[in-house]
Amino acid sequence: MSKGIEIRNLNLSYGSSKALNDISLDIKEKQVTAFIGPSGCGKSTLLRCINRLNDLIDSVTMDGEIKIDGIDINSTGYDVTTLRRNVGMVFQKSNPFPMSIYENIAYGLKIGGEQNKGKIDHVVEESLKQAALWEEVKNRLNDSAFGLSGGQQQRLCIARAIAIEPTVLLMDEPCSALDPVATAKIEELITTLKDDFTIVIVTHNMQQASRVSDYTAFLFLGDLIEYDETKKIFLNPGKQQTNDYISGRFG
Amino acid sequence: MKKNGSFYIWLTGCMMALSVLLVSGLIGLVMYYGFATFWQKDVALVQLKNNSYIIGEIKKKEINFNNDLTVQLKTGNRDFYGVDFRWIKDSEIQSISYDKEILHIERDEWGSFYGYPKSFEHKDKKITYNKNNKNEFYNLINSSLKDKSSIAKKINVINKKIGEINFKLSELEKEKRVLSRVNLNENKITKLDEKKLKLLNSYKIEEKKLFENIQILNSTKLVVSDIEGATKLLTLVNIIRFNLPNELTLRGKISLYLSKIWEFLSDKPRESNTEGGVFPAIFGTILMVLIMSIAVLPLGVIAAVYLNEYAKQGKTVALIRICVNNLAGVPSIVFGVFGLGFFIYGIGGSIDTLFYQDNLPSPTYGTGGILWASLTLALLTVPVVIVATEESLNAVSKGIRDGSLALGATKWETLRNIIIPTSLPGILTGLILAISRATGEVAPLMITGVVKLAPSMPLDGYFPYLHLERKFMHLGFHIYDVGFQSPNSEAALPMVFSTALLLILIVIVLNSSAILIRNRLKLKHKG
Repeated sequence: MSKGIEIRNLNLSYGSSKALNDISLDIKEKQVTAFIGPSGCGKSTLLRCINRLNDLIDSVTMDGEIKIDGIDINSTGYDVTTLRRNVGMVFQKSNPFPMSIYENIAYGLKIGGEQNKGKIDHVVEESLKQAALWEEVKNRLNDSAFGLSGGQQQRLCIARAIAIEPTVLLMDEPCSALDPVATAKIEELITTLKDDFTIVIVTHNMQQASRVSDYTAFLFLGDLIEYDETKKIFLNPGKQQTNDYISGRFG
Repeated sequence: MKKNGSFYIWLTGCMMALSVLLVSGLIGLVMYYGFATFWQKDVALVQLKNNSYIIGEIKKKEINFNNDLTVQLKTGNRDFYGVDFRWIKDSEIQSISYDKEILHIERDEWGSFYGYPKSFEHKDKKITYNKNNKNEFYNLINSSLKDKSSIAKKINVINKKIGEINFKLSELEKEKRVLSRVNLNENKITKLDEKKLKLLNSYKIEEKKLFENIQILNSTKLVVSDIEGATKLLTLVNIIRFNLPNELTLRGKISLYLSKIWEFLSDKPRESNTEGGVFPAIFGTILMVLIMSIAVLPLGVIAAVYLNEYAKQGKTVALIRICVNNLAGVPSIVFGVFGLGFFIYGIGGSIDTLFYQDNLPSPTYGTGGILWASLTLALLTVPVVIVATEESLNAVSKGIRDGSLALGATKWETLRNIIIPTSLPGILTGLILAISRATGEVAPLMITGVVKLAPSMPLDGYFPYLHLERKFMHLGFHIYDVGFQSPNSEAALPMVFSTALLLILIVIVLNSSAILIRNRLKLKHKG
């Protein structure tokens, strides 16, 4: 059984407009993979295929295969909530629930049926520590999550996502709304998290991709142009289009 | 001026000022007259130029169609003069004085009495009034009124017992009817008859006690006369309260004012609703609104959740939405007619044939009642709740929804744990609007269960305590009835204002409590 995420011949369209065109790639376990590309190239769509968040949109049609650790996530017998518990996600705009900091993290556990208060307390603390937020919030766990700063809110969302112990962590431009200091913190966090999680990150920021990721996929207008080790993509891209994009000639 | 927009700022400001003026004018008017109702004015002794006298409270002065200045006097004594009010030309008046001897009595019938006391007889003590024994005279009446209140308590107890006996008797009758319909079990029927006889005996005992007590009240006699010397015999039964209006100090007037307000809020109406209190109407209004809220909240919220969250958005749903919005504009009387046909004749009639066969042909649920009125109003206000709920569900950001789903929550878990709690303040806003609308609504109630005078309240001490099939009184209908259906509408006018004021106050109280709850929820969801 192969570990990691295997994407084979993935096509996706919104109504009549095609968003992803025959995408095939293998995402390695416990590595950081970055999706880069200009706006509208389909990188977020591809990301949302991995936890089937596109299911919610009525007009989406899709074919192809996505396997996580060898299991086809689109097979009829496979429960989408199980998938999503296994594939956490952090969104572009931080989206804490209108609850306390504690409740935000406990939510996923409670949904999963965890009732043991001691266990929940423990997980809340561990996740916050893992997300490097514990020291900042340990004295106000019962305060509203909306009282946190933007960067703290985003780290809270990361803590919330990792609290339910997924194997994959999807990040959709997690730093696009943050200032450089907060961005640096999150990037640091990503590098520590990759010991435990397979991370897929969508980013507009090429420096960020080169800093944090081990592999990079460049998408353009729904096509996967190039996918390789980050070093290679940035230092010695195989395609002209990739080179143009990375050197800032378009996009 | 137009160019820089200051014209539009002025325009909007003026419109706002106009609305504030209209609203505050309305509330000010209602408050002025509403609060004035219970104030005891001085009672004038008017000497006319033809040397006759009139006693009455000066109500207002107006210039009539002949360009004469006329004065309206509330003369009371409807049993003497046939009317409560008189218009006198100002030019006919010789002088106005305020005689301290004038006595004002509130009575259980014929309205107020204004005049002079003659004699008083209480427990074989009889005194004839003269200026020297004034204190003794009124002290005696006061002490007898105290006796009256203790006797009234006794009468209340007896009445309750009689009520219980009547209730048991009707239950017996029902049982007997059922028995005789099913099979003829002579033994049982004779047993029932024996029971009935016992009950009738105890009824007679209670009735005798009642008459004795009323006899005591009737044996206390007060003779009074009007300004022209016509006398009238009043017994304790007739006298509600008395005062010497021109001798009252400010303190006395204030305490009288407060006690009258208390009577208004806590007592039953008298004199075909033009006097006394409105407690049954307050109670009916609030209970009806509560039952309506219990019905409309789940109905509206669940419908809105389906429409907004589960239904496939398309032409059908758009059509349903338009229908719901239009429903809010349907005249309320149409809802009343629907309630009469659907709830009362349809559902109520079926309930009667299924469960209350024994009472037929007299209907139990197949006639207007507080349940049907409340459900009709729930139907009337459900569009408001649906629209408000949908709006607040829509306002929950997509990010939060996706966040919950991405954690492996199902759609229902997301709804229950995140979306509905977040939109609860908006849902409550819808309920507030529904309550405001329902409290003020009268037309649909008139055909679904409101009555001028309800014999018993929908909530009492008899099993099952909450009698949803009973007819009830309602403040809005009370205003209509007192103001426009009363034979003595001039005398009832102050009552109309007071009741209107009370209704406005109740709406404000209901609304502000809902707003309070909403704000607390908002705070809670912010953490």
